[in-house]
Amino acid sequence: MIPVTHYLIVAGILFATGLTGILIRRNILLILLSIELMLNAANLSFVAGSALHGNINGQVSAFFVMVIAAAEVTVGLAVAVLLFRSQASVDTNTIKNLKG
Amino acid sequence: MESLVFYAASGLALLGAVSVISASKPTRALLSLIASMFGLSTLYLILGADFVAMANLIVYAGAVLVLFLFVIMLQGTGAREVPFLKRFSVFYLAAALLLSAGFLILILKPVLSLSLSGAAAGSGGSTKAVGHALFTDYLLPFELTSLLLLLGILAGVALAKREESR
Repeated sequence: MIPVTHYLIVAGILFATGLTGILIRRNILLILLSIELMLNAANLSFVAGSALHGNINGQVSAFFVMVIAAAEVTVGLAVAVLLFRSQASVDTNTIKNLKG
Repeated sequence: MESLVFYAASGLALLGAVSVISASKPTRALLSLIASMFGLSTLYLILGADFVAMANLIVYAGAVLVLFLFVIMLQGTGAREVPFLKRFSVFYLAAALLLSAGFLILILKPVLSLSLSGAAAGSGGSTKAVGHALFTDYLLPFELTSLLLLLGILAGVALAKREESR
C-alpha cells in the first residue's frame, strides 16, 4: 500500500507548478489553465484525506470543487473572449488599460 | 504492482503539469493538461474513488477542456509557436520560481513531519455511497451548486450578448 503522504506530496508539487504557471505565463488562457491545475491539486488532497479516514466526505468536497471549477471556467472564458475581441490580444503585457 | 501504477500515474500527472506551464504552443499546453487529468484519474482510482475519477474525466477532460480548446482555436493562435520571450514574463521569471519553491517547501514541511501511519486504502467510494451522501447530508449545498451553474450560464450568455448588440 502507498502511504497517504505520497499523495499529499504529489498534490503539493502540482499546486506549486500551477502557482508558477500563474506567475510566469503571459497568455490569459494559460493562466486560467494553471488555475485548473491548482484546483486539481486540491482535489487530490481531498480524495487522499477521504481514503485515509475511510469516509466519503472528502470525495463529496472534490465533487463540489469540480462544479465550482466548471462555473468559474464559463465566466472566465467569456471574459477572456471579450478581452480578445476588444484588445485583439490575450497577452497580459499588452492589456494594461487599468494601469494608472 | 500498485506502487508501479502509482508512480507511473503521478509521473504522468506531474510531467503533464510541467508541460502545461512550459509548452510553446497553447494547444499543446491544453493537451498536456488532459494527459495530466488522466494521470490524476488513475490516482483517484487507486484511492478507491471511482466516482471522482470518472467525473474528473467526463467533466474536466471531456467538457471543460474541450471548451478551452474551442476558445483557443477561435482565438486563432493556438497552433502558433510562441517565442520564449513572449511566452513568459521574463523579468519575474527568477522571482516567480523562487516564490513557488518557497511555497512548496512551506507546504511539504508539515506533510513530511506528519507521521500518518495510515496507508491510503480504498474508502469504498462507490458512486452509490457518494450519491447517498449528496442527497442526504449535502442536499442543500448540492441544490445551491445547481443555482451556481445556472448563474454561470446566465453570466456567459449575458457577456456574449452584450458584445453582439454593440
